[in-house]
Amino acid sequence: MNDDILHARRRLLRGALLATGAGLLGGCDALSKRAGFIDVLSAAEPVNRRVQRLLSGERLAEEFAPSMISPVFRPNGSTDPQTPEYLALKADDFRDYRLRVRGLVERPLEFSLDALRGLRARTQITRHDCVEGWSVIGGWSGVPLSVLLDAARVRPGARYVVFHCFDDYGGNGGRYYESVDLVDAYHPQTIAAHTMNGMPIPVSNGAPVRMRIERKLGYKQPKYVHTIEVVDSYARMAGGKGGYWEDQGYDWYGGI
Amino acid sequence: MSSIAARPADRADRSDTGRWRTVLRHRWPLRLMHWINLACMLAMVGSGLQIFNAHPALYWGEASHFGTPLAATGSVAGADGRLRGVTRVGTARFDTTGVLGVSTGHDGKPVRGGFPGWATVPGSKNLAYGRRWHFFFAWTWVINGLCYLTWSLASRHLQRDLAMRRRDWREVPRSIVDHLRFRHPVGDAALRYNPLQKLAYLGVIFVLTPLIVISGMGMSPQMDTVLGWWLDLVGGRQSSRTLHFAAMALFVLFALVHVLMVVYAGPINEMRSMITGRFRIRTRDAMDVPDARTTNEEATR
Repeated sequence: MNDDILHARRRLLRGALLATGAGLLGGCDALSKRAGFIDVLSAAEPVNRRVQRLLSGERLAEEFAPSMISPVFRPNGSTDPQTPEYLALKADDFRDYRLRVRGLVERPLEFSLDALRGLRARTQITRHDCVEGWSVIGGWSGVPLSVLLDAARVRPGARYVVFHCFDDYGGNGGRYYESVDLVDAYHPQTIAAHTMNGMPIPVSNGAPVRMRIERKLGYKQPKYVHTIEVVDSYARMAGGKGGYWEDQGYDWYGGI
Repeated sequence: MSSIAARPADRADRSDTGRWRTVLRHRWPLRLMHWINLACMLAMVGSGLQIFNAHPALYWGEASHFGTPLAATGSVAGADGRLRGVTRVGTARFDTTGVLGVSTGHDGKPVRGGFPGWATVPGSKNLAYGRRWHFFFAWTWVINGLCYLTWSLASRHLQRDLAMRRRDWREVPRSIVDHLRFRHPVGDAALRYNPLQKLAYLGVIFVLTPLIVISGMGMSPQMDTVLGWWLDLVGGRQSSRTLHFAAMALFVLFALVHVLMVVYAGPINEMRSMITGRFRIRTRDAMDVPDARTTNEEATR
């Protein structure tokens, strides 16, 4: 074969490769801006949820020895809520705090911190995995969510449990919220925690009550919880995606 | 370079003075799966780096020891007020401005954080969408990989073309020397995989692929309820994350060497063989290469 043709072909190939590379990168960004394309990508989320649940069933997250507890339980997201209702409660050391259970229940309930501490508690030393990639280990005590739900008697038609929080993380007047389905709500390690490493939970880690939902990433385990609401759908709340970060594009499953 | 389907019925390209022969080297399912694989890997590396950028540090063990990462990248303001990218590996520190820690954005201004935008999917910081890309293409890649494995076993591609034979093991030293001297098999010998090539492919398929899948799963708090044995083996979730990153780096290294070998072996011919399936070789009688060491029996298996 003629050398000139070879060189021309090589140039063509090189050009094609560079154009393909640039096109791919530009294309990825253009595609990411199209809602329809993100919907296609999001098809992987229910697959993750179904397959992972099928493979892992109801097993418990690993629990660790006290010696494994991280020296600092790195706080993320809201670390010092400034909403008036939170500041008022904090000023009085949460004496007037009430945890409410409402929604699709026979008997709406509310608990003071002392009442919560008087209920059967579960203690667990677990690993906390942030969606950003890091992990810390902490010890938690709290009331299993199943105890609260059973006390309030969940009505037929209930599908999700929504957690309403004090903090306005977005800074737009909204409030942080999260939701899980009944599978995770009734998991033995899902607790409304009031104690961290043997002490009342510090403000930066969610005082006075935060959720521990141990098979989920951190954003699915809300801090500063004041109301537990049992619902049949979360579509009409806030952005309609079932949580603060979900409304920003994150996946609702949050198990990987 | 994956499926060798040279058969006795191959077309002999007599029009070309009888010196060249065109063979069907890669069958269509394999060619299709090869390009799906490439698309998935590009999307996964890009979106994986996007996810990594959310916390550009690697640790060993169960939890993150923020003060003593294995490796981390970040930015510091220099004496002149300019941002410098600093990457630390163990206790060593490197200035990696432009590549890691601090890079140049679209507007020419410095951008903080991990890998530069040209390497991530999406190009700007977006962990939520990076995760969407990553999981979608992870599933596509796994399904494509299972199709590849099934097809390779059913068509005997794996057993016939990829499996290491006694002769391959014997030829490993010679193959190493050939590679170091950039001597490439020609003629019929170019139709079969050389031992190092086989080892590279087998290593990617049976070592690297399971490693990257399980180390990725090992980062899932849900899956960790059944992957305790894996975390015990490697030391914990942060070890698993680090191994996931290392396996990615090995995949990228493999891809770079793979492309280098394609370029070296004749990019047009190799690319055509993976697009149309047709691969041209010099027939043995027309060659004056002394060590053309093939037999008709091998070339026409």
